[in-house]
Amino acid sequence: MTRADKLAIANIGVAVGAFSVAASMALMQALSRANLDLPFRSASMYYLSVTAHGVLMGLVFTTFFIMALGYVVATRALQRPLPWLGAAWAGFWIAVAGTALTAGAILSGRASVLYTFYPPLKAHPTFYIGATLLVVGSWVWCAVMIRALIEWRREHPGAAIPLAMFGMMATVIVWLLATPGVAIEMLFQLIPWSLGWVPTVDPVLARTLFWWFGHPLVYFWILPAYVLWYTVVPQRAGGKLFSDPLARVVFVMFILLSTPVGLHHQFMDPGIPAGWKAFHTFNTLWILYPSFITAFTVIASLEVAGRMRGGKGLFGWIKTLPWGDPMVASAICAMLLFAVGGFGGAINASFGMNAIVHNTSWIPGHFHTTVGSATALTFMGAAYWLVPRLTGRTLELRPMARVQPWLWFIGMLCFSIPTHITGLLGMPRRVYDPSYGGDAVAAGWKWLTDVSAVGGLVLFASAVFFALVMLFTVLVGKKGEPEPILFAEPLEPAPAALVAKLDRLGLWTIIAIILIIAAYAWPLYSHLMMARFGAPGASPF
Amino acid sequence: MKVDLYERIWMWAATVIIAVFITMTGISAVAFGIRPPSHVETIDPTAAMADPRFAQPGVKLDSAAKHATVTIVAMTFVWLPDTIRVPAGWPVTFRLTSLDVTHGFEVARTNVNTMVEPGYVSQLTYTFSKPDTFLVVCHEYCGVGHHTMGAHVIVEPAP
Repeated sequence: MTRADKLAIANIGVAVGAFSVAASMALMQALSRANLDLPFRSASMYYLSVTAHGVLMGLVFTTFFIMALGYVVATRALQRPLPWLGAAWAGFWIAVAGTALTAGAILSGRASVLYTFYPPLKAHPTFYIGATLLVVGSWVWCAVMIRALIEWRREHPGAAIPLAMFGMMATVIVWLLATPGVAIEMLFQLIPWSLGWVPTVDPVLARTLFWWFGHPLVYFWILPAYVLWYTVVPQRAGGKLFSDPLARVVFVMFILLSTPVGLHHQFMDPGIPAGWKAFHTFNTLWILYPSFITAFTVIASLEVAGRMRGGKGLFGWIKTLPWGDPMVASAICAMLLFAVGGFGGAINASFGMNAIVHNTSWIPGHFHTTVGSATALTFMGAAYWLVPRLTGRTLELRPMARVQPWLWFIGMLCFSIPTHITGLLGMPRRVYDPSYGGDAVAAGWKWLTDVSAVGGLVLFASAVFFALVMLFTVLVGKKGEPEPILFAEPLEPAPAALVAKLDRLGLWTIIAIILIIAAYAWPLYSHLMMARFGAPGASPF
Repeated sequence: MKVDLYERIWMWAATVIIAVFITMTGISAVAFGIRPPSHVETIDPTAAMADPRFAQPGVKLDSAAKHATVTIVAMTFVWLPDTIRVPAGWPVTFRLTSLDVTHGFEVARTNVNTMVEPGYVSQLTYTFSKPDTFLVVCHEYCGVGHHTMGAHVIVEPAP
């Protein structure tokens, strides 16, 4: 194993560890939502566990797995050693230290502020400092990825960037455009205020900075899954990528449109004029477009694979896909669940309809089919593919690995659909006990929360299967020569002149920055010029 | 760029769908006034109940204009007042602020939904068409008693 592979495995290790802790938190929450009497059940434990689940799944599991995937792509797709390896390890340890600080604050009950940490709910300062260090560690990863691309380009003047690396660079750029928002919030608002250096905080300003970060965060989660869908799944399925240039167009659109959209999370906020919310709405609706293209290209690539394997007729190619490969099965289940998430997302983003769903349980129902499926399930499938190839050990407990994606699929439908419906019926998200003292409307939610609790149990079983497969593979998998890590070839060679235009990542980044300035400069400036009163805050948990 | 015919059709269809979404949003916002609550007004959260705007939370009826104004103060973990009686068929303007952390005001099964944040005044208007009882919930996590922060809107026949 090379040192870069060891680094990738270390990142996957932290990701799987965070995932396992977070999954056990989720079990307790699902049962709590169904209002079952459990030992140790209490409101403060519930809100602590929601915070731990959100932070460990949404920020820790995803970030570490994405960093691992980045290092794998930078060494395998570029076929050269990783530059700045010492710095990359330092970044890993900074991120680990940050995660430990934040997790410590949460698990000791001093930071039950949920993963959105909206002030003036005040957490212990180590919560904010740790989260900031996690982001700093990820910035080191970004620097290493950029360096790898620059060195490769010097060695290959005029060559097209391998598509997998192109997609990972889009992820890096989106992350670098997103994180300044949360960094400003942390450094100028939350850390000084939690340490007592400043007495008050402006909640609307903090939420605006958070969602500058928070919406592109979802593309930071989804783009690596797209990289896997475009460049690895067709290869694993025995086929080819349907269209290389269109995949690049998709990644460029995400670079441009991921960030100037954050106000659609703040439709219901006072203190922000409706015109700016409308502007962000229009940007948001266009970002559906690259996902529409992805749906076509990825499914077409699967059809190519199915036909190359001998599938005939309109739907015969579906049967001949290698369903026994847990990575392919995971990715296809993830895509199907993501279709549900995409339709829901269009509703969330619409100026008029958001009022029906904002902050109701519809929202967790939605993002469990996006980040909780498209991203998490694809990453689990990718772990089945990557860990044996990085460690040179055989994948153990294969029957469990085969069943696991289907358990996730069934469990997620069972959890997510009732959770969407209770949202439409008015049930708020993130509530310990949704009975409201026996209110008749609230009583109507009960049977649906019972179904979603069953879904939670199935999801938990799936998570246990995944963790066991990982554990057994790393501990008792038989050592041998690792299989190579390969990426899909395009069906037709991409036109060089067009790809050279699309490969101008610097230009796309500059345009993206101009769009961010257009979307945020005036709203933030006029907000800061308004007569405002800070809030001192409280820690009622 | 050479794009497969079916994919080209799909791309045009996607463009049309998004254009329709944007047009609908634009028409509903401009012609029908369907907009999210976006009132801009600030208040000192540490002295909000001494401020004349929020000193007397409750319902005020304007019989001449057939209009009701409901002033609500949010704090951990109660709505003040928590029983809100309004006439059916009259426009009801809700005005809310928070004394401590961020809360969320939602009248379940209606479009009444707004964040309630300390330092800001939220305002929105809604007309309840017929007599009924509605559950009000706090939809933004505000601490360990968040799930107990309920209230009711009781819609009565107009006087």
